[in-house]
Amino acid sequence: MSKHVVLVEDETNIAEAIRFLLGRDGWRVETLANGGNAAEVIRAARPDLVMLDVMLPGKTGFEILAELRSDESLADLPVLMLTARGQSRDREMAIQAGVSRFMTKPFSNEEMLSAVRELTQGRVS
Amino acid sequence: MSRDSLTGSRIRERRVIQGVKQAELAKRIGISASYLNLIEHNRRRIGGKLLLDIAAALEVEPQALTEGAEAALLGVLAEAAVASQLPPEDAEQAEAFAGRFPSWAEALASSQRRVSTLERTVETLSDRMAHDPLLADSMHELLTTAAAVRSTAEILAGDEALEREWQDRFHANLDADSSRLAQSAQALFGYLEQAKDPAAGGKSPQEEVETYLAQQGFHFPQFETRGRPASVDDILALASEGLTDAARYILRGVLGQVRQDAAALPLAELEAAIAQEIVDPVKLARQFGVAPAVILRRLAAVPELGAGLVVCDRSGTVIFRKSVDGFSIPRFDSCCPLWPLFGALGAAHTVLYERLGQLGRGRMQFDAYAATDAAIAANYNVPAPVQAVMLLLPATVGDTSVRVREVGATCRICPHAACGARREPSVMA
Repeated sequence: MSKHVVLVEDETNIAEAIRFLLGRDGWRVETLANGGNAAEVIRAARPDLVMLDVMLPGKTGFEILAELRSDESLADLPVLMLTARGQSRDREMAIQAGVSRFMTKPFSNEEMLSAVRELTQGRVS
Repeated sequence: MSRDSLTGSRIRERRVIQGVKQAELAKRIGISASYLNLIEHNRRRIGGKLLLDIAAALEVEPQALTEGAEAALLGVLAEAAVASQLPPEDAEQAEAFAGRFPSWAEALASSQRRVSTLERTVETLSDRMAHDPLLADSMHELLTTAAAVRSTAEILAGDEALEREWQDRFHANLDADSSRLAQSAQALFGYLEQAKDPAAGGKSPQEEVETYLAQQGFHFPQFETRGRPASVDDILALASEGLTDAARYILRGVLGQVRQDAAALPLAELEAAIAQEIVDPVKLARQFGVAPAVILRRLAAVPELGAGLVVCDRSGTVIFRKSVDGFSIPRFDSCCPLWPLFGALGAAHTVLYERLGQLGRGRMQFDAYAATDAAIAANYNVPAPVQAVMLLLPATVGDTSVRVREVGATCRICPHAACGARREPSVMA
């Protein structure tokens, strides 16, 4: 069974690049462009990893993260946040909300892939 | 500086000596930290109940805060001691130091004051950077597009051979993103150039008022009592030090309107009404028997709604704004004429409603309600001053039951090239 990631990103071309990169790395990538029902989708899908943008239509990445962390069964789910909002207060908010890794845009593909591998090491084959 | 006007310094001195943080004291006495900061820097007069509350919170007699010739100097020296992390036994020597070396004490205090002023300036600029929606959105757009370009370019430049289909797709993405990047950079450049304009360099009176209102959270509990609300002069007396005469003039008008609206409909009653139901301005106007414009202004003051508000006069000039994330209200340029705000000017006695999305501003949507409001005419056969009011309530994106109207912020940065209402070319065209 392939590794499964839910990517919540409303910028189509970023989503496409990430989908390609992770797909080549053996991941099955499920993409959501709206934050509104992201938490429900993730709760139902039980992926191995979640990648979250912050500025999303519907709900922000912070709100989605808070919803995920409020569910005990998803407390350990690795969540990688990708955002153009790299200010220290955003980083602090993300840490307080329980993010596993915070990465600011623009990032290098290698940096993103390394983060994904580190976050899921030992969890997926 | 008179002795009375040094009360703020004495408050600061007492607070610093007791090791109480500014935010903590502000919370205890129920005012904002920024307002306490202004008091402590003697930029707001203080007296009455607030002085008593502060004295009680600091466990000192009120007279201890309003008397004492050297308190200001000692207060600044105490501040310098804290900033330099002097041990308490040295900090306690401030009075002896000032007594023995008054000139050196004054020189040190002067440096400390300058440092504090510079720190406040940096804070203000940082805050402006963080809260300027246009700048923040432009930077976000730029970085997001740069991220897409970088990822895609790295894939195309990678070692591995790509299938033709992927190659074509990424080339197309790169082409679109690089064009978008150029547009975003141009728009940002235009905005920054405009901000450098000497004519726009200082704060306008309108901006002074906005800053003051934002510090108060656009909320004046002193007006919200049915019994004896504070007068506009009471608030102005507290607020107006540091404001220009022009800003005071504008603020007087704004406060008068808020007081009048609060008397017509106290916020607590409105909050109770909207706690159970979705916000429906026309229904609320009928329920409370007040003009729709009053409801729109009052809804903008409900903190939980996170709403924006724009008010213009009959000429279409924006005379009041409460900004909201995701909807840019230009500071210097004329606004997009497609906003219902301007439509309301030609539709008296009608409440306009539209779901708005702002082109190039991300995907947030707003329920926009607009209505006009006429003041009482000065005399017979004299037209009453008319204003249009537009409330912007953040809407749930994805609700397809309502048609979304795309509007801009201002022509100069609007990407809608074929817009019939365009006044000037866009840098994004």
